[in-house]
Amino acid sequence: MAATKKEPVVVSGAGPLNAPLGGLLTWVDQRFPLVSQWKDHMSEYYAPKNFNFWYYFGSLALVILVLQIVTGIFLTMHYKPSAAEAFASVEYIMRDVPGGWLIRYMHSTGASAFFLVIYLHMFRGLLYGSYRAPRELIWIFGMVIYLALMAEAFFGYLLPWGQMSFWGAQVIINLFDALPIIGPDLSTWVRGDFVVGDATLNRFFAFHVIALPLAILGLVAAHILALHEVGSNNPDGVEIKEHKNEKGIPVDGIPFFPYYVVKDALGVAVFAAVFCAILFFAPEMGGYFLEYNNFVPADPLKTPSHIAPVWYFTPYYSILRAVTEDFMWVLRAGVVAYTLLILFTSRGCLSKLLAVAIAPVVLIAMGVIEAKVWGVVLMGVASMIFFLMPWLDKSPVKSIRYKGKLSRWALTIFTVVFLVLGYYGTQSVTPAGTLISQIGSLIYFAFFLLMPWYTQMEQTLPVPDRVTT
Amino acid sequence: MIRKILSTVLLASALAPSLVLAGGDHIKLDRAPVNLNNTESLQRGAALFVNYCLNCHSANYMRYNRLQDIGLDNKEILDNLVFTGGKVGDLMKNSMDANEAKVWFGAQPPDLTVIARSRASASGSGADWLYTYLRTFYRDASRPTGWNNTTYPNVGMPHALWELQGEQVLKAEKVRADGYVTTVEKPELAKPGKLSALEYDRAVGDLVNYLVYMGEPAAKSRKTIGLIVLGFLFLLIPLVYALKVNFWKDVH
Repeated sequence: MAATKKEPVVVSGAGPLNAPLGGLLTWVDQRFPLVSQWKDHMSEYYAPKNFNFWYYFGSLALVILVLQIVTGIFLTMHYKPSAAEAFASVEYIMRDVPGGWLIRYMHSTGASAFFLVIYLHMFRGLLYGSYRAPRELIWIFGMVIYLALMAEAFFGYLLPWGQMSFWGAQVIINLFDALPIIGPDLSTWVRGDFVVGDATLNRFFAFHVIALPLAILGLVAAHILALHEVGSNNPDGVEIKEHKNEKGIPVDGIPFFPYYVVKDALGVAVFAAVFCAILFFAPEMGGYFLEYNNFVPADPLKTPSHIAPVWYFTPYYSILRAVTEDFMWVLRAGVVAYTLLILFTSRGCLSKLLAVAIAPVVLIAMGVIEAKVWGVVLMGVASMIFFLMPWLDKSPVKSIRYKGKLSRWALTIFTVVFLVLGYYGTQSVTPAGTLISQIGSLIYFAFFLLMPWYTQMEQTLPVPDRVTT
Repeated sequence: MIRKILSTVLLASALAPSLVLAGGDHIKLDRAPVNLNNTESLQRGAALFVNYCLNCHSANYMRYNRLQDIGLDNKEILDNLVFTGGKVGDLMKNSMDANEAKVWFGAQPPDLTVIARSRASASGSGADWLYTYLRTFYRDASRPTGWNNTTYPNVGMPHALWELQGEQVLKAEKVRADGYVTTVEKPELAKPGKLSALEYDRAVGDLVNYLVYMGEPAAKSRKTIGLIVLGFLFLLIPLVYALKVNFWKDVH
């Protein structure tokens, strides 16, 4: 048998338990790829030694995922997914379940922390070109996780059955109404009723506690497997596998265990301090993590004067609200200008052909379909356009450290615009806010759509051969 | 480079909110004297709550015996605060018929368990809103109940505490603001009640303090446990840091 050919596991050191422990591990290892998996993913996974601050957020995201699942299991033990009982059951958890308030606040603060960490994790990818070949699939899996996470958060937000839960879900599901022909039927099908109601709450509960967590766990496994296949990028954007020693180990790599395990442990400890400071002293976070209006039970007959999603959705919400009938003319002009740009500057025949074929279809569709639908479309495109990053970035270098001025300014402005859009998404509609959101939306899309041009035009800096410290 | 990007981002995001024109429905709220450590104030507030609020409102998620938190035992709670003849472990329910309430007030009086949390806004905390609201009722013959409120105009609720405060009427007052003279209508005491103005403010302060406590009974222990957890983490962080430095000393 092949299994018996494996070497016995030797536990180093001279402890009294080492011999029996080694025996047990040998027994397991002959029946399960324990040692080889441990080596592949921990003790012999070589990560670049120059990871900086931005590299803490991957492991932190994993920690929060576990936190959300564990606290979620305990919440499910007391929560009642029924329109008549949901709000009361949350207050029951907050008052009558021993330690219930702690579990609930961990879960609600964890949701916001998850997005904060994921946004910083994605920003790291944008900074250092972590999406570039050969890491396209890592990026794509990551983006699917991000979308799944947004769905998870959206479904979860309905469960407390407060006013904002109810009306937030109502507003988002009603967006489907705007789709031509199938819209009204589709939104009724999604809700399971003509208004958000008990049926909606029950199915959202099913999606929130089982469907999406399962999908996210599988995707996270794929994300990490793909990462460990090609190896981690680093702040210099150079491949450490190009310089190996005689044993085949990258000279600028260090084993993930123990080096990055202890380093990430430090990250987790510091993060835990920030997390606990919020959890214990400002769990509502000034209305941004727990919205005030959500302490009012859902009332289908009373529309709140101001409906705002939780902060992590607000950049997209701003883009949705930015698309007015007037703004459609700007968008049409944008489509024409972008088509001309491709026609006059692109070298590829295919892209010119595609531009000429697609542009008239989009322009005609813009004439036929109302602005509200385009708001929904742009909101969707805005959240998914990150998928294209590996093919939009045509810079000869990966890292922002060696890219030119244009890329640096583009990323800086994009980051500011993302935050500004996020801010206006939390506010009520004002003419000034709408105008700023519209300008912001244009800049948001320009960052991506003009990337093939500005990343090629600029003068890049020489990339070092090996990682710098 | 990174530092430059970061500082630009931070600066811009700090400036962004100031770009919005001040406006909206901000009301000037008085600051409520909330102190969850003041047990006597909480007990006085609880007494006011069951006497004046619980007749029309409910606190459906709060149990009477939870009031042990504010220094009462079960017997004291039963004798002094439970008027419904129920058990001490009962929820603070209300027996008023919802449909009748709607006929009487135009809307069913809202549950008050978490009212101090839901009334928070950009203008101030929920406590501030309640503290201001309960002190700005005035006589208005045009309203079905005979009462109106400057904090919550045309509210369906009559002034439940009028015996204590007395009756206020709206007085126009000329105010100089930013060089302009404008007329502001303010409620002013016309007929005194059982309490002086100062005593009434204190009573409302006690009541609001109680409502804040009831909104989150675990708030006090939350902060206590939080201090212990943060203390532990601040001891842990240097240790983990030392561990990291020790492991990393051979990485060059």
